[in-house]
Amino acid sequence: MTLAVDNLRVYYRTLKGDVKALDGVTFTVDDGEIMGLAGESGCGKTTLGKSLIRLDGRMFVQEGTVHLDGVELPLSDDKGMNAFRYREVSIVPQYAMSAMNPIRKIGRMISELLDSRGVSYDETLPELSRRLGLVGLDDSVLDRYPIELSGGMKQRTVMVLSTLLNPSLLIADELTSALDVSTQKAVAEMLVEFRDRKFVKSTIVITHDLSILYQIADTILIMYAGKLVEKGTATQITEDPKHPYTQLLLGSLPEVGLRFEDQRLTGIPGRPPSLLNPPTGCRFRARCPLAHDKCVEEPPFVEIEPGRFAACWKVTA
Amino acid sequence: MYRYLVRKSLIYLLTFFVAVTIDWAIPRLMPGNPIDGLIARFQTNSTAAQDLHGFFTRSFGLDQPLWKQYLTFWQGLLHGDLGPSISYVGTSVSELIWQALPYTLALLVPAIILSYIAGNRVGAMAARRKSLDNTALPVAYVLTATPYVWLAIVLSYYLSFRLGIFPISGAYSFSLQPAWTWEFVKDFLAHWFLPFLTLFLVAFGGWAIGMRNLIIYELESEYSNYLQALGAPSKLVRKYAYGNAVLPQMSGLALALGAVVGGALVTEIVFGYPGIGTLIITALNNRDYFLLQGVFLFIIIAVLIANFVVDIAYVIVDPRTRAGIQGS
Amino acid sequence: MVTPALAETGEGAGQKEPEQRGKRFEALHFAFHNTKLVIGLTIVLLLLAVAIIGPYFTSSDPFAFGYPTGQPPSSHYWFGTTAPGQDVFCQFVYGLRSSFIVGALAALVAGLIGMAIGFIGGYRGGIVDDILSMLTNVVLVIPTLAVLIIVAAYLSVGSLTSEAILIGLTSWPWAARAIRAQTFSLAARDFVNLARLSGRGTTRVVVNEIAPNMSSYLFLVFILLFGGSVLTAATLDFLGLGPSQVMSLGLMMNQAVSNAALQLGYWWWFIPPGIAITALVGGLYVMNVGLDEVFNPRLRST
Repeated sequence: MTLAVDNLRVYYRTLKGDVKALDGVTFTVDDGEIMGLAGESGCGKTTLGKSLIRLDGRMFVQEGTVHLDGVELPLSDDKGMNAFRYREVSIVPQYAMSAMNPIRKIGRMISELLDSRGVSYDETLPELSRRLGLVGLDDSVLDRYPIELSGGMKQRTVMVLSTLLNPSLLIADELTSALDVSTQKAVAEMLVEFRDRKFVKSTIVITHDLSILYQIADTILIMYAGKLVEKGTATQITEDPKHPYTQLLLGSLPEVGLRFEDQRLTGIPGRPPSLLNPPTGCRFRARCPLAHDKCVEEPPFVEIEPGRFAACWKVTA
Repeated sequence: MYRYLVRKSLIYLLTFFVAVTIDWAIPRLMPGNPIDGLIARFQTNSTAAQDLHGFFTRSFGLDQPLWKQYLTFWQGLLHGDLGPSISYVGTSVSELIWQALPYTLALLVPAIILSYIAGNRVGAMAARRKSLDNTALPVAYVLTATPYVWLAIVLSYYLSFRLGIFPISGAYSFSLQPAWTWEFVKDFLAHWFLPFLTLFLVAFGGWAIGMRNLIIYELESEYSNYLQALGAPSKLVRKYAYGNAVLPQMSGLALALGAVVGGALVTEIVFGYPGIGTLIITALNNRDYFLLQGVFLFIIIAVLIANFVVDIAYVIVDPRTRAGIQGS
Repeated sequence: MVTPALAETGEGAGQKEPEQRGKRFEALHFAFHNTKLVIGLTIVLLLLAVAIIGPYFTSSDPFAFGYPTGQPPSSHYWFGTTAPGQDVFCQFVYGLRSSFIVGALAALVAGLIGMAIGFIGGYRGGIVDDILSMLTNVVLVIPTLAVLIIVAAYLSVGSLTSEAILIGLTSWPWAARAIRAQTFSLAARDFVNLARLSGRGTTRVVVNEIAPNMSSYLFLVFILLFGGSVLTAATLDFLGLGPSQVMSLGLMMNQAVSNAALQLGYWWWFIPPGIAITALVGGLYVMNVGLDEVFNPRLRST
């Protein structure tokens, strides 16, 4: 068992109070598993991703624990986490394209980073070259400035850099949001390849794009308003979603070949609740077509079949 | 890289051209005749005054058509001839400027360099440490809001007049002659220190504030966040932040040069330091238009050259411009 | 359609009005809690109060002689008297008035020119922008003080207004650059493109679409220009290049120095003017930082 998250609550401090961005999530990710984390903007997926490696200025862990390979990650201890960063837990950030120092040649930046982490650049160079070649780049990249590369090239370089030390857990945050469709495919496939070649053990892919997850994820975890809503294999989620929110989410996906006159796109009416003072009970009930009396009580995230979880009274009752 | 420098050179040449033209045009467009003012200094009777008037008008070429005067002016300029001085009759403007220049440079160059370096360091440190930020920043604001003239007066009053630690005015004592002796150097430094300090303090405030803001901005940038997420030590992150912050700060240096030069001029005046500033006051008091013109031109040229030097330094520091890509 | 099972969701359509009101209250709340803004504003308003009310407490002519010469501050003469026998406090309040007038006026002039050039260059782009940029760069490089000294020497500035105009005419390049940069980013936005497509002329687009959206930024620029102008005016006045018939803080220092106040130890003559200028300019700068934080929530440190 690579990653075990237990009842993690991560809040944001604001002047108006604490925003409960992540409000009690429990799940596991196995070795070799690519887990997709999906949901609307503001559902807490990025908060979850960030909290696993580095808390932002305003974030704090209210409660909960995270274990990686049996060792507890000291999430709130910035210095303590440093030992794990890059080596055990790594991230390909949302802003991968501007993640490199603009006034340093890429090779030099990598060498300075590795040296600062106690890794010899010279010894790592052959492996670095090999991996760059794998993603379709050659060594000349190391001799360039970030501004000389295209967006896709920078993305791939950052992916190689982030996984260079073979971390146990890789967090890919909105990897494909800023890319065109064909590059999206290439990058997504790269993630799978990294896993297949054992560069990373487990991967969490954070995105709002379910179609990508369908392509590469083994399991998909759906989040809503800071809570977990459904989990299952990629096939199960996309072909047989149990939770009403998942169903509506998939219903709002355009399908190739269908025309607008034949079947309309249904969005989900309404907006997610404020996380400053979240409503009691099931957080989706305001927008849920299946809401009934029992929903004032919060449904637990339970296993309905082996490996299949949902938090909905309609499903679990 | 060369395109960048060439573009800058063009701007400077254009500025030079404009400045020279303005410099030449102003006395001729202003109300009143400079020769009248000149004659007024010699209190002669009216017929002699008329003759003198004609003489001076001809010798300064003011009876020529305007375009010819303009060309003559340029000719003289390119030969380094800025005309004669009225205040010190018999000495040329160029000579006076050459004599005054070393003193002004002795103040400006160390003041700019040292305040820039010190200001950047303190600003960077303040960006990291809240405790330093809370004390240093208000001080920096007060310093940058202080008029050079007033700081000069205050320093002069308390340290020279009241406490007698430093001499009151001049560049060196009357009794001494400039020479490379220890006695002279010590005396020179004693006279030099307060004007230098004035320039240093005010400029320092500005740099510190600027650098602090830039560093804070860089520390929140995406590359900083990425490095920190990968566990890089803060030393490396700071090093990168500093390197990136230096660039806009350097552009700021070019912009601020004009202001510091202005500050130097008035500081010299307060301390009676025999630099370009004092020359200006003399010119103003004596209505010495030629001296004034010459000094103005000289200042412009100096600032343009300094700007160009900073641009070259910028190219050296920003590897992107060197590589031929427009950095910013 | 979906009916909410509980009326507790705070979001959704129809919440716009309270939201907007909330935003403005939020801004004011931040404004009053922002230390820098409060301190800076207090200092500036205090000085302004002195400048406006002060003259009612003193005689109407700051140049008037007849007072005992060289008196240190006392209950009779709060700021003492000058060497030839003038009331320093009287000079001080009138001088402070002049600083405000020149500062505000010069900032206005520089601001208007800067806006005109910055907006047009930033919005139009292309060759218009190139020409205006070149013009801005040229004027920018020329050291302001040098130009002012030359022109003031020939023109002999007669009034605060002409001094203000002069200063404004030489300090606009910085503002033009800053405004141009902001305009660039705004001009790329959709609502501007919409206006442009509907065939509106440049002036109308700038005045109706761009400027209002930059109002907070323009205000910040104005404050910085105000501060800078006060400093420049003080220096000019000290050199004797300001209006000689109007009392100003710089003129006070000029007269102090030429009347040997340093040698005589009449500190009350030259210390207060400088303190006032430093306080005023410093207050404006600090206000500026505070306002920036209020307008841009990103910068808030809490």
